[in-house]
Amino acid sequence: MFEADSVLLSRLLTSLTLMFHAIFATLGVGIPLMISIAELIGIRKKDSHYTLLAQRWARGYVILVAVGVVTGTAIGLQLSLLWPSFMQFAGNVISLPLFLETFAFFFEAIFLGAYLYTWDRFNKPIYHWLLSLPVVIGGGLSAFFITTVNAFMNTPDGFDLTNGEITSINPMEAMFNPATPTKVFHVLTSSYLTAAAILATIAALAILRKRGNAYHRKALKLTMVVTFIFAILTAVAGDLSAKHLAEHQPEKLAAAEWHFETEESADLVVFGTLDENNEVQNAIRIPNMLSFLAFGDFNAEVQGLEEINEGEQPPLIIHYFFDLMVSLGMYALGVSFLFLALWKLKRFNPFNKWVLWLVVLNGPFAMLAIEFGWLLAEVGRQPWIMRGFMTVAEAATTSPNVAWMLLLFIGLYVVLGFTVVRVLRKLFKDNPAELELEQKYPNVTKSGVDA
Amino acid sequence: MNYELIGITVLWVFLYGYLIVASIDFGAGFFAYYAKLTKQDHVVNKLISRYLSPVWEVTNVFFVFFFVGLVGFFPDAAYYFGQSLLVPGSIAIILIAIRGSFYAFENYGSKKSHLFMFLYGATGLFIPAALSTALTISEGGFIEETETGVHLLTGELLRSPYSWSVVFLAIVSVLYISAAFLSFYAKKAGDTAAFQFMRKLALFWSTPTIIASLTTFIAMSQHNSRHFENMLDLWWMFGISVAFFLGALWLIYSERRLGLAFIFVMFQFFFAFFGYGAGHLPYLLEPFITISDSVTNDTMGLALIIAFIAGLCLLVPSLILLMKMFLFDAEYVKGKK
Repeated sequence: MFEADSVLLSRLLTSLTLMFHAIFATLGVGIPLMISIAELIGIRKKDSHYTLLAQRWARGYVILVAVGVVTGTAIGLQLSLLWPSFMQFAGNVISLPLFLETFAFFFEAIFLGAYLYTWDRFNKPIYHWLLSLPVVIGGGLSAFFITTVNAFMNTPDGFDLTNGEITSINPMEAMFNPATPTKVFHVLTSSYLTAAAILATIAALAILRKRGNAYHRKALKLTMVVTFIFAILTAVAGDLSAKHLAEHQPEKLAAAEWHFETEESADLVVFGTLDENNEVQNAIRIPNMLSFLAFGDFNAEVQGLEEINEGEQPPLIIHYFFDLMVSLGMYALGVSFLFLALWKLKRFNPFNKWVLWLVVLNGPFAMLAIEFGWLLAEVGRQPWIMRGFMTVAEAATTSPNVAWMLLLFIGLYVVLGFTVVRVLRKLFKDNPAELELEQKYPNVTKSGVDA
Repeated sequence: MNYELIGITVLWVFLYGYLIVASIDFGAGFFAYYAKLTKQDHVVNKLISRYLSPVWEVTNVFFVFFFVGLVGFFPDAAYYFGQSLLVPGSIAIILIAIRGSFYAFENYGSKKSHLFMFLYGATGLFIPAALSTALTISEGGFIEETETGVHLLTGELLRSPYSWSVVFLAIVSVLYISAAFLSFYAKKAGDTAAFQFMRKLALFWSTPTIIASLTTFIAMSQHNSRHFENMLDLWWMFGISVAFFLGALWLIYSERRLGLAFIFVMFQFFFAFFGYGAGHLPYLLEPFITISDSVTNDTMGLALIIAFIAGLCLLVPSLILLMKMFLFDAEYVKGKK
């Protein structure tokens, strides 16, 4: 292992940090929205159940945000430590969004502290709710700015290259490069979807365990409504992303779809395997669907992988990442729709055991979809670190010590991962919602409205 | 003023900001653990956590801001520092990660843990040591550039009296700054026991701080005479710094005007830090990077400065709001809110 080269090890270490960070970053962006919604409903309906929901979510959120902050700091520094040549080169063009991202982060950090420590400090509860808005906005803006950087790496724009020198830089054009709109849209909607789905998992588990009370039922209804809305938006964002890829990064789409020959009326290949001649076996083929997905036209011509130089083709494994991400996204849409349909059609019981189990699975599935989506996006632009300009091999550090650092960070993430789960479990197990409700709001009726 | 001077000034101000707020935080962790070991935790720990809980995340941002800004204004710095600092940088990241997350586990989690407290306290001293490596290597002589890239000369670094004096200075000033601030905060809270505890620590750590400053000065003259000469030309800045040190010491000793005393401490480090920084110029990393040849292009420089001003318009009022809520709200400080 210690003979392996710095490039491979740097890639492993970066992906490890990013995949670990993605869990906490996704929840960090999504949960504040849920907290804010719950608190507002609590105030408007004078329903203590929702207020307690916001408080308990906020308590768990701080723990997650702490890990998000420290892993975010890690990836921020690792960019320069592991990819010094890339940062030297691209720093000239993309420092603006990186810089702005820290401002958004700053803004969020200030108000998160203020929000957490002022629950009972204002005469009017709505003032406290107002403090949640900068946290929601700051989290969204962080995601926006950092996603523009990633979009730039996929479709670099806003500068000219003459004899290896960067000239005529336009920072705004670099930030709003062709990949930015679809990427930001997709990242934000999928983060809100995943956060809501995870919180729904918790509520559903509570109901399954204890046959549930009004508090958990309200939590589940609220989170499923939000899951459904963002599942639709995520699907729209995904469709737009595919159309963006067809136009600007055809090699990524072709590799993701195992589409080798350029042809009109291209079929969509779902799952399957490849034999040694790169022939697709065992797959489900949906006729003409790829053309429709890529261009909104069943007969459009889709560029195949054959047109890309061999050395510049992305690895074919991304096909599975693509299919898994889409399937899990569809699952989220299906489950949330099923739940809402059963709830609205009063004849059925949405709190049926089987439905609840489907909901429980949805949270972890959504998080997996996030990871598969990022794997698709990142592995899919190999061998480039900046598509068309710099390969990953040119960008990596030459330091001989990356292997040791990789081991250190594996250790760190194992410890952090285990501890965060233990701390969260203890935090909520020792203090169930029923108990807290009795202690905090003794005058509350069963429905939650203050007596 | 040109972009490189604005850039380095902005960055230096933020690094100074980090030095102050992080010192308070790092020192507080150490004192909290020390108090627990000596069974005096009931005296100070409530006070410490009342200050730290709402602000620890903000502290972290000062640091992120500095290194992102450095890469933004001076992309070449990313290359040289990035190539050479992989090991100390990664160690610092891991320590910061342990510290930040275990702080949250300890304070927001359900069970108080001795191990968490220990990690929190110990990392508070190791992080300044790891981070100060970046300043040490910027003096030159600790990295080499060969055909295979830029490498840190670890052996040189470990044998250098200069690098050790910087580490020592970093650790003792962390403890001194933190104790000075917490004395002020305790006095404000009307907590006499905590105040006496912190006052003793502030007085105690003042001596090694001033000694370490002197030895670092002397070691610098051996290691980098150019920088040393530049600092001698700025002798008055260090003179002012010492004057503020004596002023602060007198106020803390006589238990008067603790707020002013802490402002004096801030000025003491402000003048010393800016004197050190000004003497460092024009090099960012001697002899590889000067501020003029590594600065980003004009368009990006302008964009960054506009972004910076816009950001400040958002930040300053928010920070004032935060301080009003948690630092200068007498009721909160006393623990009544």
